[in-house]
Amino acid sequence: MATLPANAVLVADAHVRTPWSEFWRKFRRQKVAMIAGAFVAALVVVAIVAPWIVPFDAETFFDYDALNARPSAKHWFGVDSLGRDIFSRIVMGARISLAAGFLSVACGAFVGTLLGLLAGYKEGWWDRVIMRICDVLFAFPGILLAIAIVAIIGGGMSNVIAAVAIFSVPTFARLVRGNTLALKHLTYIEAARSLGASGFTIVMRHIFPGTISAVIVYFSLRIGTSIITAASLSFLGMGAQPPTPEWGAMLDAARADMLTAPHEALFPALAIFLTVLAFNLLGDGLRDALDPKIERR
Amino acid sequence: MAQYVVKRLLGLLPTLLLVGFLVFLLVHLLPGDPARLAAGQDATPETVELVRKDLGLDKSLPQQFVRFVGGVLRWDFGQSLRTKRPVATEIRDRFMPTFWLTVWSMVWSVIFGMAIGILSAVWRNRWPDRLGMTLAVSGISFPAFALGMVLMQIFSVQLNWLPTVGDDTWRHYILPSVTLGAAVAAIMARFTRSSFVDILGEDFIRTARAKGLDERRVVFKHGLRNALIPVVTMMGLQFGFLLGGSIVVEKVFNWPGLGRLLVDAVDMRDYPVIQALVLLFSLEFILINLVVDVLYGLINPTIRYR
Repeated sequence: MATLPANAVLVADAHVRTPWSEFWRKFRRQKVAMIAGAFVAALVVVAIVAPWIVPFDAETFFDYDALNARPSAKHWFGVDSLGRDIFSRIVMGARISLAAGFLSVACGAFVGTLLGLLAGYKEGWWDRVIMRICDVLFAFPGILLAIAIVAIIGGGMSNVIAAVAIFSVPTFARLVRGNTLALKHLTYIEAARSLGASGFTIVMRHIFPGTISAVIVYFSLRIGTSIITAASLSFLGMGAQPPTPEWGAMLDAARADMLTAPHEALFPALAIFLTVLAFNLLGDGLRDALDPKIERR
Repeated sequence: MAQYVVKRLLGLLPTLLLVGFLVFLLVHLLPGDPARLAAGQDATPETVELVRKDLGLDKSLPQQFVRFVGGVLRWDFGQSLRTKRPVATEIRDRFMPTFWLTVWSMVWSVIFGMAIGILSAVWRNRWPDRLGMTLAVSGISFPAFALGMVLMQIFSVQLNWLPTVGDDTWRHYILPSVTLGAAVAAIMARFTRSSFVDILGEDFIRTARAKGLDERRVVFKHGLRNALIPVVTMMGLQFGFLLGGSIVVEKVFNWPGLGRLLVDAVDMRDYPVIQALVLLFSLEFILINLVVDVLYGLINPTIRYR
């Protein structure tokens, strides 16, 4: 009677290494990535509660007595040329940048992963068409594809998110296709097929989980790139329009006052830098923890 | 070798045609009537019809596409709606500043990126590595437009060492090319490091050390050439990044190049210019990747072209 609970304790003591605990064991050892992860988590919380914690309204509060004022106890990050509180605008901007980065990469990863699975599993005609589309999308260097899309569908933040999402699709499609091609000839897939599993089951239950760790790593690294791309488009005047407190648009507006009020540029620049840095460090840490080929050297 | 180049060029044709088709469609995907856009807001319906005929917009889509491709092959992209000058002339005037900007960015980012990467790999997990990789991850996280503004504030406004905008002297090139190249240098550094770390763990490196070669020869003679192979591929991809990045950097430094031409054209919905530039940028990118593939073979004799 008493042996059963004792057995259970023994199993727990033996540390059953699930993929999850294995990941956590490796990830926890990387202090920088842990800090970056905590920073990202804090940022997400700030972005969610932003409207309730900002000291002033980001768009409609104007302090005409303190135009271009330096940072002070009242205005932590100073005041911009129209009298708006920069701290409040940065905090509200976190909402926009994180949403832009996350939504665009999520859409891009979703579509790209589906296309990659399809191309890799079906091969032949499907593969040729999908990879040709990716080649064409890859033929537009860097931000140019996003600019061309915005030139067609017009500016504004939602269009920028769509443009950046399309920009992410081929990256994920190629990545997942490569993994799918490598996995589909392994014995366990053959075993699943010989048991009568349908193509859909094989792809979703057996191949997709094998690609997920690569997708997660790219997802994190890609969010950094996407935040920069979205901010760049706003900086070029094609994304968020004034008075939206988007970080790239704030930097563009600060250009006019660089001589008299450099702090107006400093804080949005720092905000983008720290956010993207956190996502990149997190992505690096995830890669080291998820990639079985990398043992810390 | 020559056969391989020809084969690759032919292989590019479908991609080029598709890219051309997308760029051609751009005009028809734009909201509103392109003929009215070209004629101007105040034009009478008769003028709009005349312009439509003149631009060939009254013909069927396939006919228009043939006309478009014919124009591109003769380097004729039509007229800018904004300046009324031929688009080809506009591009010719703006090409060189952008070309030199990207070339200088590439040169210094390759030199610095590889140097930092090699140093980091050789002193792996010690302070040069920590410093180098901290710099590198900061480099890829700092957006070019923000970096440009910070550098301009420090070196032009505060210290007054370098000019702020324009492209008149070589001193004008320093800040924009540093701004544009920073991210690429950072990526090169990370990539060179990981490539070098892999190579330095190989058996032939141990053999080289075992036979008593000094460390410098081991690193530069045996390590470098092998580690360079993936780095060169990376360079090609990064050139595309530079072409795209130049669009943003040119706005910061008010650079009289193609990137600013494109931004202005998007602002003014000057679609012949947008079409020509999007086509030109992607053409450049595709050709550079071809050159990189060929270079790849020159430094890696184990690759056989079929």
